[in-house]
Amino acid sequence: MKPFDYVRPATVTEAVAAAAQPGAAYLAAGTNLLDLMKGGVSRPDRLVDVTHLDGLDQIETLADGSLRIGALVSNADLAHDPEFARSYPAVAEALLSGASAQLRNAATVGGNLLQRTRCVYFYDTASRCNKRDAGTGCDARDGENRTHAVLGWSESCIATHPSDFCVPLVALDAVVEIEGRNGRREIALDALHRLPGNTPERDSALEPGDLIVAVRLPPPARGFSAHARYLKVRERTSYAFAVVSAAAALRIENGRIAEARLALGGVAAKPWRARAAEDVLRNVAPTADAFQEAAWRALADAKPSGDNAFKIELARRIVVRALLLAAAGTPARLPALPASPFASTSGAIHA
Amino acid sequence: MPELNLTSAPAHLRHGSNIGQPLTRRDGVLKVKGQATYAADNHPPGMLFAVMAVSSISRGRVASLDVAAAKRHPGVVDVMTPSHKPPLAIDPELKTNPFVFRMEVLQSDEIRYANQPIAVVIAETLEAATEGALLLAPRYETLPALVGLDVGESFVPPVVGVGNPTEVHRGDVEAGLASAEKQIDAIYETPPQYHNAMEPHAIVASWDGDRLQIDMPTQGLMLSLARIAELFGIAHDKIHIRSPFLGGGFGSKGLMAGPPTLGIMAAKLVGRPVKLVLRREQMYGPVGHRAPTRQRLRIGADGEGRLTALDHHARTVSSTFDDFYEPAADASHTLYAAPAIRTLHDAVRVNTGTPLFMRAPGEATGSIALESAIDEMAWACGIDPLAFRLKNYAEVEPISGKPFSSKALRACYEQGAARFGWAKRSLQPRQMRDDAGLLVGWGVGTATFPALMFQAQARAAIRRDGSGVMEIGAHDMGQGAWTALAQIAADAVGLDIDRVEFKAGTSDLPDAGIAGGSAHTATAGAAIHSAGAAVIAELADLATNDERSPLFGAGNAGVIAREGRLIRRDDESRSESYAEILARAGVAEVEARGTGAPNPAAMEEYAMHAHGAVFAEVKVDPELGQVRVTRMVGAFAAGRIVNPHLVKSQLFGGMIWGLSFALHEEAITDRRSGRIMNANLGEYHIPVNADVPPLDVITVEEHDPHVNALGIKGVGEIGITGSAGAVANAVWHATGVRVRRFPIRIEELLTQH
Repeated sequence: MKPFDYVRPATVTEAVAAAAQPGAAYLAAGTNLLDLMKGGVSRPDRLVDVTHLDGLDQIETLADGSLRIGALVSNADLAHDPEFARSYPAVAEALLSGASAQLRNAATVGGNLLQRTRCVYFYDTASRCNKRDAGTGCDARDGENRTHAVLGWSESCIATHPSDFCVPLVALDAVVEIEGRNGRREIALDALHRLPGNTPERDSALEPGDLIVAVRLPPPARGFSAHARYLKVRERTSYAFAVVSAAAALRIENGRIAEARLALGGVAAKPWRARAAEDVLRNVAPTADAFQEAAWRALADAKPSGDNAFKIELARRIVVRALLLAAAGTPARLPALPASPFASTSGAIHA
Repeated sequence: MPELNLTSAPAHLRHGSNIGQPLTRRDGVLKVKGQATYAADNHPPGMLFAVMAVSSISRGRVASLDVAAAKRHPGVVDVMTPSHKPPLAIDPELKTNPFVFRMEVLQSDEIRYANQPIAVVIAETLEAATEGALLLAPRYETLPALVGLDVGESFVPPVVGVGNPTEVHRGDVEAGLASAEKQIDAIYETPPQYHNAMEPHAIVASWDGDRLQIDMPTQGLMLSLARIAELFGIAHDKIHIRSPFLGGGFGSKGLMAGPPTLGIMAAKLVGRPVKLVLRREQMYGPVGHRAPTRQRLRIGADGEGRLTALDHHARTVSSTFDDFYEPAADASHTLYAAPAIRTLHDAVRVNTGTPLFMRAPGEATGSIALESAIDEMAWACGIDPLAFRLKNYAEVEPISGKPFSSKALRACYEQGAARFGWAKRSLQPRQMRDDAGLLVGWGVGTATFPALMFQAQARAAIRRDGSGVMEIGAHDMGQGAWTALAQIAADAVGLDIDRVEFKAGTSDLPDAGIAGGSAHTATAGAAIHSAGAAVIAELADLATNDERSPLFGAGNAGVIAREGRLIRRDDESRSESYAEILARAGVAEVEARGTGAPNPAAMEEYAMHAHGAVFAEVKVDPELGQVRVTRMVGAFAAGRIVNPHLVKSQLFGGMIWGLSFALHEEAITDRRSGRIMNANLGEYHIPVNADVPPLDVITVEEHDPHVNALGIKGVGEIGITGSAGAVANAVWHATGVRVRRFPIRIEELLTQH
């Protein structure tokens, strides 16, 4: 493979300086990056290994009630933290529905956020791809695209963001803490991933050298723990990316929805927050009809980017089901098949 | 190769008869400890690494390669290209026998399919060779790719499969259809699939003058050796191949392919040992695959639900440069008692590596279509699908009229249905629900696979210490040959298994034939059986002709061999140990050879097949369309079961592959470029553990006096047949939606509700 420099900085400041150079890439667990390098999709000149940086592997509750998750916490450790799973059950469920046990043991929080699309044309270096090589064209647009985006896509790019973890995070207004050349800043997770527009080569709002050091869930995120689910339809029971997924979280007071949160996965280049759907659920009873209305709102702007019109109808149904499951209440234990339609004994509608 | 320390005496070993005992695999401990040496585990001194550069277009030619850039890369030793390679003794395009396929070994700059090898970079390290291959930066002259089942002119190939007639008929199908009360006319499609053995194709090749040492997984040691000999123009006895373990083959390692040949050429070019291992995506091209099919079935039935005609047409593809035609329609020859049957095939040529045998070639693709169509007809007739199959049970082979050598399929149906609880099935689809409201469906499929025999030899010896030796160049692909064949060997020489040294897996041993066609245990087993009988006869001659032996004069009565002794058949009190016989005779050992081969007279008289019945339960989310198989029961009758433990594993594997066929597997081909877009195990879906339900296998007792001396039919491939159809039929029963394009996808099941 292509020779590259490997540096292991001692501090975050050193890391940022090392990674700000052209051709540099951060290396955490490498569950995505190493595959990209082996396939010639990504050819960095320098890897900046951040796995030895101190203080990035903590899960801590802050004074204001926020939860701060260090960027190097593994997906498995986070999902299996009992306090975390109790407070943010949809996030834990999403984590455990992703990848395989082996990958979850290695993969980190920061890396999960920054994983690249799974568009097969992005991975196939013989294909044209605007995301991989800006301005070359998009072979997915008229290609094998039944799993591609139905929201927020452009003629330049119809790829989706594959993360499960990000879907409930964006629903819960997660904030990303970033260390950069100009010091620390934070942005909403919803603003981290970019829609493709004419510049699909830029996945995120990060600048060269920017290092995600933590993800923070603000205090209100805990308020949904009694009614929060993640649902993921996929082509096998495990170790497959979502065809479509949804995170639904409700705060129910006196039999009415005080506040709803809804986000979709597998439908766009970013985890897709469905605020219009949330709006119609404010202060209504949690009924199937209300959820149907929300589903229509959530997908109002959806359009097929290829042989994937079915994903729009599927997404509506997933939204309804996820909301029904959330309304029914978070199960006391995470199901054995997290986020699977086969996980639960409640919520399925009898035809 | 270091000595293999196979487990010789498992704790549960029973003495006496070895055949029929559920021994655990004797290579299991080696594998668990990582001590089983697979081909790519070998590192002879001075070895270099070779990496193939492969074509990213599927049709055209290589216009240029930047060989200089690759050679400049540190560690790169040489770059093998069409203009810089050792000569071959014969043209690799030449088909010297029907088991020879054309291969790409840099004989020209023409590109016939994506992932075709176009150069080989040889370097001191794998990393350097890999980067060198990338630095070649090929430029192409590209022609439009031929892709799909509808491209170009179709034609009728001269034969399908391995020499099967393209068209076969019996009775008047059109008349049968015309007279039918009910007719089904349906088209089913199956996608291209790839073998995806866990172990990729790999070779370590070392030349010493004109002698060639090879480590390579192969399902056909002697076929590979003969092909290498003719390609490199060297005598058979100059070549030694070691293939003690395969990490799966499934047909893709049966015949010598291009990539391992390139490894041998690379070793010759640089004059050092070379290792060449395919990357996963490089297996999607030059080492065979299962071709896609489009199958039209027209079936007629009378008012009683009896078939009047069965017409099965299969369209498939082959490569632009060679011929292998998936014999999908042949699946309709043997199962259902239609008075009129016609099967025919046609094909188009596409830019693909030549298709090849893949786990039940023809039977698997044909089975899912036939079993679906039979199910559709049962529903059209308003008859339970199992009852319909029984109503059309073939008492003789429908296509030939021959009696079956044995056929316990009725017992398979009965025992499988009872275990599954089939009687509680609703006739109507979309009627059954579980407590969570998920749709539940039950389906059945009939499994069948021919009981084949090839040619094999074995050498047996009895040594002075009374122990035995059995030598045969047999192949353990994971199925358990090290164990099952050793069990047959032990019985063949009348010794316990721990007293027989069983040697296999190298090319200096007697030819065991190809490990394919589910025939290896039967074929190699027959050779072992006959070699054992022959060596016992030698030993008996020594004893019965020696007046000092208690067996003297027993020639007419005969002796039997048991537990290391020869025993007079009509007087068990008179016996002598092997060691005593050899000691008195003053010989170090006696040896003999034996042969296994099909019996043409029996084949002329009988139809020989294994059978089975598979029952599947699926659950389907009524709104979301995701499917999960929740239960499978398979009952199989496959003659004598040599090792029930290993057989069960084989059948489990087949049933899982059937599930995979119905729900998961598909090589996604870009319709413009002909490139396979999911050439990796992340995106080419096969079932993961969470997809595999509790499986139940019943082996139904079946005595077959005709197939071979041991009555073995083989179990390697039958498991995938029937299973795929059972799952597809269960999906229909759950949802009421008949999906005819496989794998079944979520969008097909997003019906209105």
